[in-house]
Amino acid sequence: MPEDLIVHGIEWTIKELFVYPNEYIYWSIQIVMYPFMTGLVAGAFVLSSLYHVFGQRELKEIAQFSLVFSLALLPVAAVPLLLHLQQPLRAMNVLLTPHFTSAIAAFGIVFTAYALIVLSEIWFIYREYFVAQYHALRSVDGLFNSFRRMLYGALTLGARDVSEDALAVDHKAAKIFAAVGIPVACFLHGYAGFIFGSVKANALWMSPLMPVIFIMSAVVSGIALCMLTYIVIMEWKAFRRRRKGGMVEASEIKGVEKDVIDQSARYLLGFLVAAISLELLDLIFRGYTAMKSWDILRSVMYGKDFVNIFVLQYGIGNLLPLILLLLPGRTLKRTVLALLLVLFGVFMMRWNVVIGGQAFSLSFSGYMHYHMPIIPHSMETYKEGLFGALTVIILPFVFFWIIDKFVPSMRSDTGQT
Amino acid sequence: MSCSRRDFLKQGLGSTLVSALPLSAFTFLSSAEARAAVANANTKWGFLVDTTKCVGCGFCVEACKTEYEIPRDAAVTRTWVERYVVTKDGETHIDSPDGGIDGFTSNVIGEEEIDPEQVTKAFFVPKLCNQCDNPACVQVCPVGATYQTDDGVVLVDRDWCIGCGYCLMACPYGVRFFHPKYKVADKCNFCYHRIMKGLDPACVQSCAFGARRIANLKDPEDPVTKIITTERVAVLKDEYGTKPNVFYIGLDANVR
Repeated sequence: MPEDLIVHGIEWTIKELFVYPNEYIYWSIQIVMYPFMTGLVAGAFVLSSLYHVFGQRELKEIAQFSLVFSLALLPVAAVPLLLHLQQPLRAMNVLLTPHFTSAIAAFGIVFTAYALIVLSEIWFIYREYFVAQYHALRSVDGLFNSFRRMLYGALTLGARDVSEDALAVDHKAAKIFAAVGIPVACFLHGYAGFIFGSVKANALWMSPLMPVIFIMSAVVSGIALCMLTYIVIMEWKAFRRRRKGGMVEASEIKGVEKDVIDQSARYLLGFLVAAISLELLDLIFRGYTAMKSWDILRSVMYGKDFVNIFVLQYGIGNLLPLILLLLPGRTLKRTVLALLLVLFGVFMMRWNVVIGGQAFSLSFSGYMHYHMPIIPHSMETYKEGLFGALTVIILPFVFFWIIDKFVPSMRSDTGQT
Repeated sequence: MSCSRRDFLKQGLGSTLVSALPLSAFTFLSSAEARAAVANANTKWGFLVDTTKCVGCGFCVEACKTEYEIPRDAAVTRTWVERYVVTKDGETHIDSPDGGIDGFTSNVIGEEEIDPEQVTKAFFVPKLCNQCDNPACVQVCPVGATYQTDDGVVLVDRDWCIGCGYCLMACPYGVRFFHPKYKVADKCNFCYHRIMKGLDPACVQSCAFGARRIANLKDPEDPVTKIITTERVAVLKDEYGTKPNVFYIGLDANVR
């Protein structure tokens, strides 16, 4: 096909019955990834705040980790949007001329504000560590170490006072940022729900519950990912120590702290129940009021997308992990399985909202099917295909690996807030 | 600080001259020029589609694609014609192959062949941008690249659109798409470059049956406006509250 005939969306949209000529699945996999990733950011931050603000002592270890992890996730939340834009080089226009009647216009401002809050909180928590490193590295030789020392010196921003008074101020400031961060994190994600919920042309999306549903499932997915990564890292460390057979510390050999997981799982369950209840309420309400669009919505939900919605999302993604987590005698392996399923369920919820919302025509007389490009044959089929999505999934772990080198998230000698 | 009378006059004159200098950049407008500059307070563009006159020849779609740089074979179009065929079993069959650009010569709709004996009614409905008074697309554009002119037409700034597709999602009529060449949102604009010069839009000019007509809704003497104001006309999907400015004669309950 000549280049100028390739219309955006034509390569992955199959039309059935009567669909308006210009209708395609314009919002594809990257727009599924976008709320999924922002959800993880928001959820990770809320989990860390449970300790920093509400003083849930059992969560201390995971709180520090999830805060650093939410920083690693943060830049990745913007990546799907950039991959999705037809004119990515003009992305700055959103900040230059924000048009405030648009939900997307708030993105630049909320995102920046949130990034500043996360960075500030991390700085206050880790300042003591930065100063300690700066002094400790003075006596160590080597080019890399002198670079590290310079970096830590820069990271302290010149504030190298570690007297008790100064640290007390640090702790207080971190707590304030953690508290302010909670509503901002919720807003960051709630407005992602608003982007969809406010589209009056889309019968599936338009619902005032959408932002709340998004926040709840965001917290669920964020907690699940943090727990999962935490378990994997702790188990890996314990495994490595055991193999080395060298100096072993008691805290390291036992791996995952059971208390941490138990407490986190309790919060996970709470938010999961809230998310499911809201989604079911939305579904029941649509069926009961049976507006004009209900005929086509029903045929999509109970027909074409039945497996996606009721089997994969509600069944395997929500109900099964709920049972796995609630049944007594929970083991670590079962927890890991449940967490993976929870993440899958939230992903399917995003999928069913974004792709499902475009599964039917605005004419209510036809359907569109999404065929995700697997093997890319052009930039567009890479960006809006499987490999684009995988890029987005892998990036936060790469960022975390880098950030963790300088801001260790799992050290017990850092941050006593 | 002391200031002699001489200094005061000198500085006063100087500052007056300096502040007056930029004023010379402005020109005085004649009253006609001024009226033209405040964006046609006497103009509001509307459109009238008489579906009873449309024969589904597709010339309007052809003319539209010729007028703009949208390749004829690209599967998007600024305007299109839909065919509605209602059969005796109560089924409504709808199609618009390639926007109806080649006309409707086959009695196969979708994959079903329609027996002419079974048809109770059949008609064509041309579609185009409704240039709504309350445009959802303008509301959701995050950068203000799509906007409404004072004479009611909604335009897209191709140099500023970021291509997020939010407007494509927000339009209940599905008139928007991504331009295959410019990779930005695109849609019908009533041929704004033509109507501003007093010409008819390309589709109106190409319609041999008078099914499409452009109107100045603020001019009570405009013959098309007279039809809109005195006869029974309808708009598409008024339940969305977009307040469309494309009016239809002979709209049917089956029209989507």
